[in-house]
Amino acid sequence: MSILVFVEHHDGTIAPISLGVLGAGRELASAAGVPLVALVAGPGAEQVAGTVPADTVYHAAGDRFQVAAGGVDALAAAVEAAGARVVLAGASVNSADVTGGLAGRLGVGINTDATSISFEDGGFVADRPSLEDSVVVRCGFSKTEGLSGIVLFRAGSFTPLELAAPGASEALDVADSGRRAQQFGGLEQAATGGVDITKSDVLVGAGRGLGGPENFNLVEDLAKALGGEVATTRAVVDAGWYEYSTQVGQTGKTVAPKLYIAVGISGAIQHKVGMASSGTIVAINKDSHAPIFDFADFGVVGDLFTIVPQLKDKLAARKG
Amino acid sequence: MKIAVCVKEVPGANVPRRHDDATKRLVRDGDQVLNSYDAHAMEAALQLKEAGGDAADATITAICMGPEGASRTLQKALALGADDAVLVTDPALEGSDILATARALAAAIVKQGPFDLVLLGQQASDSDCWVLPGVLAELLEAPVATQASKLELSGGNASLERQTELGYEKLSLSLPAVVSVSDAINTPRYPALKAIMAAKKKPLEKLGVADLGLDAATVGTAGSGTIVVAFAPPPAKAGGVKIEDDGSGADKIVEFLAGRNLV
Ligand SMILES: Cc1cc2nc3c(=O)[nH]c(=O)nc-3n(C[C@H](O)[C@H](O)[C@H](O)COP(=O)(O)OP(=O)(O)OC[C@H]3O[C@@H](n4cnc5c(N)ncnc54)[C@H](O)[C@@H]3O)c2cc1C
Ligand SMILES: Nc1ncnc2c1ncn2[C@@H]1O[C@H](COP(=O)(O)O)[C@@H](O)[C@H]1O
Repeated sequence: MSILVFVEHHDGTIAPISLGVLGAGRELASAAGVPLVALVAGPGAEQVAGTVPADTVYHAAGDRFQVAAGGVDALAAAVEAAGARVVLAGASVNSADVTGGLAGRLGVGINTDATSISFEDGGFVADRPSLEDSVVVRCGFSKTEGLSGIVLFRAGSFTPLELAAPGASEALDVADSGRRAQQFGGLEQAATGGVDITKSDVLVGAGRGLGGPENFNLVEDLAKALGGEVATTRAVVDAGWYEYSTQVGQTGKTVAPKLYIAVGISGAIQHKVGMASSGTIVAINKDSHAPIFDFADFGVVGDLFTIVPQLKDKLAARKG
Repeated sequence: MKIAVCVKEVPGANVPRRHDDATKRLVRDGDQVLNSYDAHAMEAALQLKEAGGDAADATITAICMGPEGASRTLQKALALGADDAVLVTDPALEGSDILATARALAAAIVKQGPFDLVLLGQQASDSDCWVLPGVLAELLEAPVATQASKLELSGGNASLERQTELGYEKLSLSLPAVVSVSDAINTPRYPALKAIMAAKKKPLEKLGVADLGLDAATVGTAGSGTIVVAFAPPPAKAGGVKIEDDGSGADKIVEFLAGRNLV
């Protein structure tokens, strides 16, 4: 029996989110009195496996394991080899596809976006903030034998585990389920150049409310008046309006400036997790029901196209 | 070609959302609406069809698992342009978690199929899970990709782009495939009044657990893999101030910032 962590990696290093999950897995393994096992899959898995601080580390190297179909096969094989009681992973886009597949294949429960997990009365219970973080749902699993279920964790839930002595690593024998696999067509790397928004004391967050790339001068001017930078939501980046490197949230960057002014941002949970620790949050949104108002320190219900230019002028006038 | 679009009914933005302590389920009173993220999946299906090529002759089926009343949400999908709709509804389905929901949807997709493409929204606004497509795809033995921000069909493949933690990934999936779409993939259209009227005449079929050949023990609370143990209050947080802009909004923001020495 064991706790199994699905480890993500890139360019030969373990993803920060996976180091956090490994830390949680380590604590859970001691509480349950079982070893911590890890799986590293995809190209370069063998090298990365040699750095993972778990008791046993399986690797499934090769292109086949770069896409979700191969990932599910590898994870199913690891569950079997490790006698896993629970599978833990970071709540990333790729692990969602892989662990979702595992849940379907093995008929086990899956709990997403959890922030902690404990071992209680022989079972695993994960805490999951729900309904825009208005309640914490404590969720366990119905299966008590074998693999009980899968838990995906919000980025930033745990302090990353220090890279300590790596465990013994071994190649995993993975049976091919014969599922049709996704064809990987390449990765357009996140632009690494430009400003590093994580270093800025003031961020003006711009969302889809801006209406189009042509209106971004509004937030750029406001950011300039405050000596800050522009940050964005996924909706803005996916639409091609602004650089990926400026995106804040679950899939983007985590920021904690002294001041975050959210302009035309609804405040979806996946955005919130990247900026909720900002010192002060101000929101401008025309929809009084927008979730952003639930966690803004100061919110104005109104039209950004009116308020933002006024705000910029008033700030400029103050500076004199 | 046949395209299925999974649409969920969720509480409207104006409905205070809470769980029932006894049933541990989300209370579904008040206005219920089409999950706004699923309008993007409907729109993606319509745009694929309008783009011609492989999907030129596609029929679009909207599928929802939910209570009887969720037929309203399917009417909305029909008004948006679905050709027909299926409501998967049965008391035995109550309390379904992701696994049980995926089983019910998979059974409906197999029964009404075969479908070449199953589209879903990026997430349900009430459960915020976004992992259901992966579970569903496995049950259908089809390749999956979630969070597509660009999607095309050609030569029996779905080619797509999606954002991951590392940048934008390009994937190609052979059909039949399961794809969930990001809310930035398109801007959903508003149905014309004529379409809303026409929707009332489109086929809307209701299917229960028996119709789908499902064992009731594999769905609903009984078939769920997760159990809600308890609810706990969220970490306490100081409440903020919210004002309506009456022309002085910008001034009030400056005052607030000055009060905190931020300007
Ligand atoms: C797996 C996954 C990962 C994700 N990762 C991220 C992430 O890293 N970062 C992220 O941001 N999102 C992420 N998302 C997406 C997230 O769920 C939301 O879809 C996204 O944050 C919405 O962006 P938005 O607020 O800009 O757009 P919307 O939700 O469309 O909000 C736009 C807001 O603008 C307001 N508005 C419109 N016009 C005006 C006006 N004239 N004046 C004032 N207000 C106006 C509207 O009232 C609305 O509230 C992720 C989702 C998933 C499923
Ligand atoms: N009960 C349901 N009926 C139909 N589709 C659903 C249902 N629940 C979830 N979905 C689909 O699955 C997507 C992701 O949902 P979730 O994983 O629950 O956040 C949604 O956007 C819908 O397309």
